[in-house]
This record gives sequence, C-alpha cells and structure tokens, in this order.
Amino acid sequence: MRTLISPWTLRTRRGRTGYWLVFALVIALFTIAFVVPLVWMLLGAMKTAPELARNPPTLLPEHFDAGAYTEAWDFMDLARYFKNTVIVAAGAWLIQLAVQVPAAYALSKLRPVLGKWILGLMLATLMLPASALLVPTYLAITDVPLVEVNLVNSPAAIWLPAAANAFNIYLLKRFFDQIPTDLLDAARIDGAGSVTTMVRIVLPLSRPILAVVSIFSIVAAWKDFIWPLLVLQDPEVQTLSVALQRFEPDTPINLMLAGLVIASVPMVVAFLIFQRQILAGLTAGSLKG
Amino acid sequence: MTTTAVRAPDVERRPARAPRRPAERLRRKITENLTAYGFLCAALICFALFSWYPIIRGVLLSFQQVNFVTPAEWVGWQNFVTLFNDPLFGIAWRNTLIFTGLALVIGFAIPFAVAIVLNELRHAKAYFRLVVYIPVMLPPVVVAILWKWFYDPGPGLFNSLLHTVGLPPLAWLNSADTSMLSLVLVATWSAMGSATLIYLAALQTIPGELYEAAELDGANVWQRLRYVTIPQTRFVLLIMMLLQIVATMQVFTEPYVMTGGGPEDSTVTLLLLLYRYAFTYNDFGTASALSLMLFVVLGAFSALYLRLTRTRVQ
Repeated sequence: MRTLISPWTLRTRRGRTGYWLVFALVIALFTIAFVVPLVWMLLGAMKTAPELARNPPTLLPEHFDAGAYTEAWDFMDLARYFKNTVIVAAGAWLIQLAVQVPAAYALSKLRPVLGKWILGLMLATLMLPASALLVPTYLAITDVPLVEVNLVNSPAAIWLPAAANAFNIYLLKRFFDQIPTDLLDAARIDGAGSVTTMVRIVLPLSRPILAVVSIFSIVAAWKDFIWPLLVLQDPEVQTLSVALQRFEPDTPINLMLAGLVIASVPMVVAFLIFQRQILAGLTAGSLKG
Repeated sequence: MTTTAVRAPDVERRPARAPRRPAERLRRKITENLTAYGFLCAALICFALFSWYPIIRGVLLSFQQVNFVTPAEWVGWQNFVTLFNDPLFGIAWRNTLIFTGLALVIGFAIPFAVAIVLNELRHAKAYFRLVVYIPVMLPPVVVAILWKWFYDPGPGLFNSLLHTVGLPPLAWLNSADTSMLSLVLVATWSAMGSATLIYLAALQTIPGELYEAAELDGANVWQRLRYVTIPQTRFVLLIMMLLQIVATMQVFTEPYVMTGGGPEDSTVTLLLLLYRYAFTYNDFGTASALSLMLFVVLGAFSALYLRLTRTRVQ
C-alpha cells in the first residue's frame, strides 16, 4: 500500500538505510517505553524487599524467587478479591447482554410506538460525563427508588447501572439494522415468534458484535475503579483494584508488585486471545459510534 | 463490522398475513407493541432507575441541602456559593485545566506522530500493535501503583535511569512543580495505545493515489504530510481531541491513588474535590453543584462529539 514515503525512495540505497535506522529506533523506543516497565514489574516482584530498597537498584534479582506471588496471594487474601472481581465482571457481562440485546432487537426490528424517542433518550445519556452522575447514581444505589433496597456492598450495585449503557445498545442496534427484514419475515411465516426469531436468526448472525460488546463490558468491569470504590465499601466484597489501592500504603513493595501482576494477568491474557476482536471493537467504537 | 447485507426498504411487506379488518389490524398492532415493550422493559427499568432519574435528581440536589435525616431543604444557589468560597475550587479548576492542557500537548501529539511512523514501517507490525495496547488493558489502579513505584525519588526506576545517563534526579510526585506533569505522563502511557491504533486505522484508509499525485506535483514529505495526511485524518483528529478533553477533565484514579491531591494541593482535580465533598464531608448538595458545572462544560464537548459522529455515519 502506498503511504507517505514513496516505494521508489525506499528502494534506493539511502532510503533502505534510513528505513532500517528508523525501524531499529522505533523498536528500541517501543521496547523501552512499553516492555521494560512490565518486565521491571515482573522482576521487581521476584526481588526481596531489602533488595528493592537498594539504591541504585539491582538490574536482575539476586535470587529468582517467585515466592512473592504465593506470599502476596496469602498476605492480601487475593483469592477473595479475585473471586469478587470475577463475580462483578461476569455478572456485569451477563446482565448487560440479557438487557441490551433484547432492547436493541426491539428498537431495531420490532419498532414499537415511541421507539425513536426511547432510543433518543438513551443516546442522550451518552452526552453526560460519567462523573456528573456519580453522586445521584450513588444515592439511587443506597436507596433504589420504588423498591427501597440498599444495594451498597452488593455486586448488583455494579451490574444494574452497567446495564444502562446506551453505547452498547446503539452498537447492537446498528448491527441488527443491517440484518435483512426479509429474513425475519421468512421466519415469521414459518411460525417463529419474536423470541425464537431473535435467538435462532438474529443472534447467530450477530456473533461479531456480540463478541465486541462482551469484551467491552468484561474489560470495563475488570478495570473500573471509581464506581466500585464508592459502592463496595465493605472490604469483604471489594474488587482487586479497590483492594490493591487499600493495601498499597502498608504492604511490602515486592508483595504489592506481585499483586499488581496477578490483577493484570487476566486482562493481558484476554488481550492475547481476543486481540482481533478487541482492536476491531476499538475502531468500530470510536470512529463510527 | 461490515456485512454485505443490503438493508431492506422500509415498506410494509407482510403478504402472507395481511389483516383484513381494521379491528384485527388494531389488535395485531397492540400485540406487536406489547411484545416490543416486553423486550425493552428490562432496559427501560435500568435506564429509569440508574440513568434518567439520577440525572433529574442530580440537578435538583444541586439546589438542595441533604443530610438524610431531615427532608431535603431547598437552598437556592447556596451550594454554588459554598463552592466559590472554597479556595480549593479555583485550585481544582486550574489543576484540571493544566492536566487537560498538558495531556493535549503530550497525549494528543505523540500518538499521532507514532501512528504516522508505524504506518510507514513494513516489519514487526504485530509487535508494535501488541505492546502499545497492553497498557490500555491493565487496570488503571495497577498502572498508578506501578508508576508510583517508578517515580520513587530514591531507588525508583526513573531516577535510576536519569542517573545512568548522567542527569540529576527529579522529585516527580513529591514536588508541586512536577507532580501534575508526572500524572500526565502516566495517563498518556496508559491511554495512548487506543489513540495510536485508531489513528493507524484512519491512516490506512487514505488512498495511495493521493500521495502519488502529490508527489508528481513535486510535494516533498512534509508537504505531503501537511496537505494529504492531516486533511485526510482531520475528522478523526477532531473526534479524538473532543474525547480526550472529556476524559482528561474527569481524571480521578491517578491523583487519588498516586498523590491524594498533594503536594500542596497541586494535584487536587475537580473529581477529587467532588469525591471529597460527597464522601468525606457528606455534603451531597455541594458535590452535585460541582457535578452540574462539570456537566455543563463537558456536555458541550460531548454533544458536539455525538453530533459529528452521528451525522458522519448517516
């Protein structure tokens, strides 16, 4: 593909030298900027606390000892927080799909009276900066209107507001819009009801967008900090992010680093597996959303 | 995201079961709507309880005094007066604007420049994409704690690196002069992956003929950059700038975890102040007044963003 630099320039001797020089420089800079910090974290977790306090720091640990990982796991009771985070993320994901997919399907294909208005009201919420709603949403969680329950310290405090995500509904609806109505009519003539049509026809065709929405919601739930900080106040129910921040002042640094690695591993592994979907979602979300 | 399916025209086409009588037609219309609202009801409840109602309540709270013991009391502009009398209010606006400004200078230019260079490279593309995006996947709290350790003025990574190349150490988070810059660096590091890859995707849509034509007309590399690349990516640049302004003005995790607002209040941001009003002083009214101000400022940017993207799509 033709880009800024012409292929003819690249074929000359000077062009080739320049290309490989720039290439080497970019590789070096990227490695220093993005790989070295992570390696430094991994190595740091294998050093002892006294070794980490040394100035200048040692380049490699004196003894490669992965013991800090198991020690951090016990010291901070990470099993509990890991489990809490999984519950929060998995629940947020399932509830979002269960709420948003039917809503988007109704708005796209069933087209009820006032459907346009409802979509408009949902999209209007995207105009609000998330922080402007922190206080009133928190108050709605402490005393859910009409039913009068206090959801603080319950994972539902994260799941339910997450379901009110207009962006996902919009992404889903736009995808459903492209599914030909003929196909749905054919299903109806064959006697399929709305639920069957959605489950048997629309969902199988929508795997790409379902993957994007799923990854978005799981990653967002795993990474979120401010909202869990507000609504999960009891240490027993906190997520990894909130717990790590709470432990940070009085935890030996090598254990803390091990904790940071443990909290990151699921996200990095998910990225390695779903890289294609994540990057596709990135451009779909930002340019066309 | 691209399907080859052609969208069917929006005409009534149900030849198989065309209703004959108006009564039957009405009944079918009602059933159809009931089904549709059945599909919608969970979403409507969630939006009503946790989005629409809080929006209205937030506006009302801005003009109320609430303590959850006695009924809320209407106080007019009192909450705003409290804010304007708080010296931290001005400081928080200034700090937030500094953060947003620095983030625009650093965090806006760097990803674009990086994307332009990456677009020229023919090798190791997968590696570049992978490593630039990994920080985006890390939980922000992890990044903040990790960088706090890097910034350690003693054995921290950064001062060690400075020492290795023969430069004097910096105080980083421990000095009011460098604290905000340090926060911007973390935020840029952790967020630039998505911006870079979005720009890269945009650069790849520029038709090669434009560069060829410019070159035939005698344009050098800088002129091609100026008259082809930038005009062709102008829309994406604008969108990303709006998104970045909205995101950086709501910065919270980095100052909360790394500095707690210090030193000397140099990193108290608007959201940190909002958090203090609501959850330290339990003054939800004043916190809401601050939210309302943020909403007015950022809502304008968000509205512009939505308008631009939606008209562009249709």
